[in-house]
Amino acid sequence: MFDAVARNLPFLIGGFGVTLQLTFCALGGGIALGMLVGLGRISRKAWVYQPVTVYVNLIRNVPLILVIFWFYFVMPIIAGRPLNPFLSAVISFIIFEATYFGEIFRAGYQSISKDLVNAAYSTGLTYSQTARYILIPIAFRRMLPSLITQSIVTFQDTSLAFVIGLQEFVRRTSIVDNLEVRSIQLFSFVAIVFFIFCFIGSKISRHFEEKGRKTGVL
Amino acid sequence: MGFAYDFDWGVLWRQPYGMWLLQGIWLTLKIGFLGWIIALFLGILIGTLRVTPWRWLRFVSTAYTEVFRNVPFLVQLFFWYYAGPMIFGENLGRQINQIVGLNYYMAIFALGMYTASRVAEHMRAGFASISRDQYQAVLSTGMTHSQMYRYVIIPYALRIILPPLTTEFLTIFKNSSIAMTIGVAEITFMSYRIDAETFHGLEATTGAMFIYLVLGLTVVRVMGIIESKFKIPGMIGR
Amino acid sequence: MIEINNISKWFGDFRVLTDINEVIDRGKTVVICGPSGSGKSTLLRCVNGLEPYQEGEIIVDGISLSDPQTNLYKLRQKIGMVFQRFELYPHMPVLRNITLAPMKVLKKSRQEAEKKAMALLERVGIPEKAGEYPANLSGGQQQRVAIARSLAMEPDYMMFDEPTSALDPEMINEVLEVMIDLSKEGMTMIVVTHEMGFAREVADEIIFMDEGRIIERGTDEEFFKNPKSKRTKAFLSQILV
Repeated sequence: MFDAVARNLPFLIGGFGVTLQLTFCALGGGIALGMLVGLGRISRKAWVYQPVTVYVNLIRNVPLILVIFWFYFVMPIIAGRPLNPFLSAVISFIIFEATYFGEIFRAGYQSISKDLVNAAYSTGLTYSQTARYILIPIAFRRMLPSLITQSIVTFQDTSLAFVIGLQEFVRRTSIVDNLEVRSIQLFSFVAIVFFIFCFIGSKISRHFEEKGRKTGVL
Repeated sequence: MGFAYDFDWGVLWRQPYGMWLLQGIWLTLKIGFLGWIIALFLGILIGTLRVTPWRWLRFVSTAYTEVFRNVPFLVQLFFWYYAGPMIFGENLGRQINQIVGLNYYMAIFALGMYTASRVAEHMRAGFASISRDQYQAVLSTGMTHSQMYRYVIIPYALRIILPPLTTEFLTIFKNSSIAMTIGVAEITFMSYRIDAETFHGLEATTGAMFIYLVLGLTVVRVMGIIESKFKIPGMIGR
Repeated sequence: MIEINNISKWFGDFRVLTDINEVIDRGKTVVICGPSGSGKSTLLRCVNGLEPYQEGEIIVDGISLSDPQTNLYKLRQKIGMVFQRFELYPHMPVLRNITLAPMKVLKKSRQEAEKKAMALLERVGIPEKAGEYPANLSGGQQQRVAIARSLAMEPDYMMFDEPTSALDPEMINEVLEVMIDLSKEGMTMIVVTHEMGFAREVADEIIFMDEGRIIERGTDEEFFKNPKSKRTKAFLSQILV
């Protein structure tokens, strides 16, 4: 039944490998940048808050595909030479996903009640000690379910790198489909693979959400 | 720095490019709206199935939501467009593929199906946020379950979830851009086409971003007016 | 000794505190009461430097809070504070909640800190809860742990911000008993509370605040039997059954 898939399995798996690479790079950069974006969004200094807010609001209104194209056109101009599509895609993803991760971090930072911080200070802990032993561990535990969920979204979003010709999982499936025209098999296969990974991921996220609720951290 | 590039912002309004963009906007609006209508009806239906007393109906609703959420929209679109016609067998499938504008209809269909799963999730959250006591209060006036849902709970839940629904409405316009991959000539497709002809993709895509921004702000403004008309007095608003 | 001299604090047009004056000698227990929004909580937070003030001066054991050289962190080791919502660290067991600051700030060894922590847990009556997470404790138990946590730093002063307001009625007494013992042992305490029974038993001075000012003060005798101001009388009639 899935003979077309079986015949082309190595090729397709290779594409999935590219998808995974894209995902990891996008997550690494997106989460790191997202931490800064989150800080920027709670900053009291206007010269930090304003530009970050403009950036976040801009990106969130624009489709990811367009962002991917935009960087694809911009990068060669800035770099002075045509750019590797993988790099261009990764940069687009980082810039895009960082806004969503940024909002998760912002909510995490803001969820720590002021009095909890005051309680720590009242025992004589310094700012960095409070951040290290109280703020960051608690914020991280609270944000973990959302971080996992957004990572799953990023994983799905990498499929859009299709449009600049990147040979990731979906494009390779489409290439095979052009040859074999066994569309139902092939696209079901892609769908099932994504489904399995994302479904498991969302179960993991829910597990941490339950755990957080039980220990009173959430 | 020395950019080896001369900017040409005229591509945005010079003919025929300006016309292309306008046509693209029109198409984006069409597939967005039509997809949204499907999504609303289907989503409310599926969301309500989730809370019925019959286990297999609930399962259908949960399965629908899980499947459509865990597969990327691009993959769903490709499935319906490429594999969809084949479901009807070789002959009928070939005939379907001859239909002019098939990609347009498929895009609307796929958008509707996908967004419906998200609307269904919001409905579930809306139902859950209505207190158990409220349900019991309605039942104690003698209404049946289906009457309760039809006249009280569903309208109530819809008002509660207006803010997240606004976000979904915005998202559907953003997702409409993905239809360009099957050749639907909406905004993003047009900006890419302008680049193919003029090599000024940067200006074209920047212009397209601006258009989406305006679209987004308009949607938020319009939904804000609707929200205020339907707001429940006493509830904490946005 | 804590000296509060002419403290005023405002946010834009809104005056939170106006002309607050008070001297708290060692060993004294001062109770502050008043309607919500009267500035009582803010005043406490000014004393240990959690909130800044615009006018006046607070001097703790000769050290002025207004002095930019003052190390607020060291100051807070001397003043313990207990909060209305307990504010225990939810991700750590009870014992660690208590030993964290002594180990990181006072540089005590783990054995030392845990020994002291267990002794404090005995003192507040719940040594068996040492390994539990805060979420598994009742409100009254959590607040007692919070008190132990503050006492672990061996402070000279203890401040309480409505410590029983978030508790169910049957748990209020277990916390008040700990506080009464503490006061009788000679701890210098500033307590913001509506528990007048507590005030009558151990307060050396009761202060009534309203709209950011001190309206009236006196010993418990004077305060309850002969309130002078109309506002004080009105407030007392509302909270005393």
